[in-house]
Amino acid sequence: MREITYAEALNEALRIEMSRNERVTVLGEDVGVFGGIFGVTNGLLEEFGPDRVVSTPISEDGFTGAALGLSLAGYKPVVEIMYMDFILLALNQIINHAAKVRFISGGKLEAPMVIRVMMNYGPRYTGPQHTQDFAAFLAHIPGLKVVAPATPYDAKGLLESAIRYERDPVIFLEHSLLYRTRGPVPEEEYFIPIGTSDVKVNGEDVTIVGYSYTTWLAMSAAKRLKEEGISAEVLDLRTLYPLDRKAIIISVEKTGRLVVVAGDVRSYGVGAEIVSTVAEEALHSLKVPPVRIAVPDLPVPFSPPLVDHVVPTEDKIVSAAKKIVKNI
Amino acid sequence: MCAQQYQAEFLLKMYELMLKSRIFEEKIAELYRKGELMGLLHLYIGQEAVAVGVITALRNGDVALSTHRGHGHAIAKGVPLKNLMAELYGKSTGTSKGLAGSMHLVDVEHGLPLSSSIVGGGIPICVGMAWAYKLSKSNNVATCFFGDGAVATGDFHGSLNLAALLDVPAVFVCENNQYALSLPVSRGVSSPSIADLARAYGIKSFTANGMDAINVYEIANAAINNYARKEQKPVFIEAKTYRFLGHHLGDLMQPYRTKEEVDAMKKLDPISNLRDLLIREYGVTESALDDLRTKIVKEIEDAVEFARNSPYLDPGELPKFVYSKQSGGAQLA
Repeated sequence: MREITYAEALNEALRIEMSRNERVTVLGEDVGVFGGIFGVTNGLLEEFGPDRVVSTPISEDGFTGAALGLSLAGYKPVVEIMYMDFILLALNQIINHAAKVRFISGGKLEAPMVIRVMMNYGPRYTGPQHTQDFAAFLAHIPGLKVVAPATPYDAKGLLESAIRYERDPVIFLEHSLLYRTRGPVPEEEYFIPIGTSDVKVNGEDVTIVGYSYTTWLAMSAAKRLKEEGISAEVLDLRTLYPLDRKAIIISVEKTGRLVVVAGDVRSYGVGAEIVSTVAEEALHSLKVPPVRIAVPDLPVPFSPPLVDHVVPTEDKIVSAAKKIVKNI
Repeated sequence: MCAQQYQAEFLLKMYELMLKSRIFEEKIAELYRKGELMGLLHLYIGQEAVAVGVITALRNGDVALSTHRGHGHAIAKGVPLKNLMAELYGKSTGTSKGLAGSMHLVDVEHGLPLSSSIVGGGIPICVGMAWAYKLSKSNNVATCFFGDGAVATGDFHGSLNLAALLDVPAVFVCENNQYALSLPVSRGVSSPSIADLARAYGIKSFTANGMDAINVYEIANAAINNYARKEQKPVFIEAKTYRFLGHHLGDLMQPYRTKEEVDAMKKLDPISNLRDLLIREYGVTESALDDLRTKIVKEIEDAVEFARNSPYLDPGELPKFVYSKQSGGAQLA
């Protein structure tokens, strides 16, 4: 199969969906002639015209609310939020409005919109306002679905599902360090159901749970662990809500050990939800207490050596797994 | 205005809608004070001419987005009183099955797609709906009502800017009732004229006497039908009005304004003034107007009975109103 980048896979999904449905529109900051973040919207303006590909002014709550209005009136807008930190400015529209219209209308209205967001957690030296991961917070909101693919294949298949079939607002989380990664992607359309995880690496000794970029960290760590005689299973969540709890339980029942790797701050984060799920549904499968790898309860600093100290890394995963598998 | 410029029936229809709104709210105030209704009830009493004047100028398929102070817009849009009342009782026969309540009234069939209780929150959504109407060439407009308090929000400014850039048929109606809860408009909006703020964004802007339904209708008709719809551009109306009661029914003392001020404004009551006009200039008899009131009172009493006798939603049904299908698994068509 041909290999393309994560950004190209997303671009292809947008192109397929826009070609077949003229009610799919793209809006956000710099999505037009500039081509959006990492070129994800490259060429769409030329192909689909200025009515459907709109570079908006810098007003996240304004254009996200306008996208909600489009969706209420029969359109399928795909919004781009440049950095996840900026989504805070749109949360009034996303949480108080988009996530509530079905409920507020007694089930008569729906807001089928996709909000693409670039996450920038991890070893990114951009300081405290450009590195935050609010995935857990968004997944905490009833009415939203939250997707976070790790590979080009998953990115295309999940974005196609979100645009083609979802009738609820979908927060589609991408990662700055993934846009240039390459992988096999079919040229034709295909759909990965939202709410399904994927075992990226099969293993027996420990389950390492990741999403988006932390899945890559977990996969690299699993390779190293293998060399040291530890068989790690990497479970890629792919969707944070609805969470594929069953797959987590099945994996932990098999391995008896759990490491969760998240890009967010540890307290009340993604790791807390995964560990709680296991505690509630598979506590007695655990041979040792689970481990959460996340940012300590701190803003992420700018200084590169300090960043590496606080963000999740391959080394941290390897040592956590060794500790709980071999007690070394 | 010139005498008999309108058909009596046309004015009677506006009068009836305003009176319905007034008596409906007087009734729910009574029920709230008796402890029969719960929650926050923000009454529109005094401002009825704005909703009725603007909505009378709308056409089939046009939508209006409302706010936490939404009973008047819902009634002017033709939402059935029994379903509206049932919503305030939190009953399953309510417009939103009791899930929304007074501050979030929705009735899709009657062109009320959303009411936001977050001040300013409906304004960008209105821009988006107007944008959709423009793209689909439906010739409809999207209207949003909001108070003077919303003028300070980022949503207001972001939305006006966006609507002007996109040239969409959005109708912004600012109901300047002089107070954002306790804050007088002079302390809440830096410009002496809210209409001028819209002009600064390049949006055609009107000022209406929000205590006069006929004036509001005339301005709205010009703004909506002779401009926004025709030119496919946004339009702004500042309707100067006044709420006779507190911010909500719990705001009893109102230390931010004097009784003298309120009493003086009550003399501008849009309903009794239109009633006087109908009698004086249109030969409508007092007994005909009394009959109309009796009919409305009966309709509202029936609505209360309907609401009281309706069941609550089964709590087990609640999760059905969050996602398109029960969440938690694969979802493919």
